[in-house]
Amino acid sequence: MNMLQVSVWRGAASGGYRSYEVPRRESQSVLDVVTYIQRSIDPTLAYRFACRVGMCGACAMTVNGVARWTCRTHVAKVAKDNAIQIAPLANLPVVKDLVTDMREFFDKWARARGQFAPRSTRKDDFARVASGSPGRVAADAGIECIGCGVCYASCDVVSWNPDYLGPAALNRAWTLVNDVRDGARRERLAAVAGDAGCHACHTHLSCSEHCPKNITPTASIAGLKRAVALAAWKGEL
Amino acid sequence: MEGGVVSGAGQGYAARPVAASGTSAKTETWLWIAQRASAALLALCVLVHLVTIIYAVRHGLSGAAILERTQGNAAGLAFYSLYVLAIAVHAPIGLRTLCQEWLGWRKASLNWCIALLALALFAFGLRAGWAVFAGPA
Repeated sequence: MNMLQVSVWRGAASGGYRSYEVPRRESQSVLDVVTYIQRSIDPTLAYRFACRVGMCGACAMTVNGVARWTCRTHVAKVAKDNAIQIAPLANLPVVKDLVTDMREFFDKWARARGQFAPRSTRKDDFARVASGSPGRVAADAGIECIGCGVCYASCDVVSWNPDYLGPAALNRAWTLVNDVRDGARRERLAAVAGDAGCHACHTHLSCSEHCPKNITPTASIAGLKRAVALAAWKGEL
Repeated sequence: MEGGVVSGAGQGYAARPVAASGTSAKTETWLWIAQRASAALLALCVLVHLVTIIYAVRHGLSGAAILERTQGNAAGLAFYSLYVLAIAVHAPIGLRTLCQEWLGWRKASLNWCIALLALALFAFGLRAGWAVFAGPA
């Protein structure tokens, strides 16, 4: 039987790679491989998944050095010489094996004012936002993010500056800056300005390159840079 | 490969001490604007500067011949003063970012050192510009 050589990170911040042999199957995903190891070889392996179909983002890991959704990554696409290496996402503390602690990642969404702040109440009529309006188009471009953390793990600036809010949180802020129903624009622009915010981005485009949803957080961050600069110019920051 | 302890996973997440250099988001934004504006100015100044150098070299101008053209040239002095100003604004801000990201230097002392560097670049640059304008003392 054709066997795949799999090297899997075991441990937490310190640990090592352990090798496993997994039967190669047709249309096999990397998540299938991890699941096979956990169910058939080593039940102590810790990993995280939920939907298996690219909706939840829970199964993101580092495969051959690149952050990916393992459920939507075919082994055939990434295996080199019939071998793959699987590690937890970078830039996040490792809980165990392939499981990372996502708290800091989501705390940064809150720090970037990622919460919708409605301007109207339930007594008001529905807001009507034309689908072709510039703000709606800009918000739509970034709204499909499911918070998998692939962009965050791929970002050089996060690795250099642990305070940096990161592509996902800034992308979220940008969708809200463009939401005409939102009333916290000023506070949000202040929250995303500066050294830990949008101005730290070096436009390396790693987030945009690796986003499984084909979102371009780099463009969202560039939009924030312009909006914040304009606010500073007007004395509104 | 069995169980060997290597570092690698979770890399990039180090519990590094992060002390903010104390500048506000507003100041950081203005530094960013200043660096972009000075970069736009530099693009023009560097072009003019390079063309001037190539012209001088191609025509085999001697040091004396160059000084003859620059001495008393107010337009030249104004141009190089602007050039020096753009450098004194642009370079220190970029170096500050490098120090923060690569050295993890995020203390207020960084801001003072960078301000000192900006002043030094400006002063030495102006001195050089003045020297070619005023000629040998």
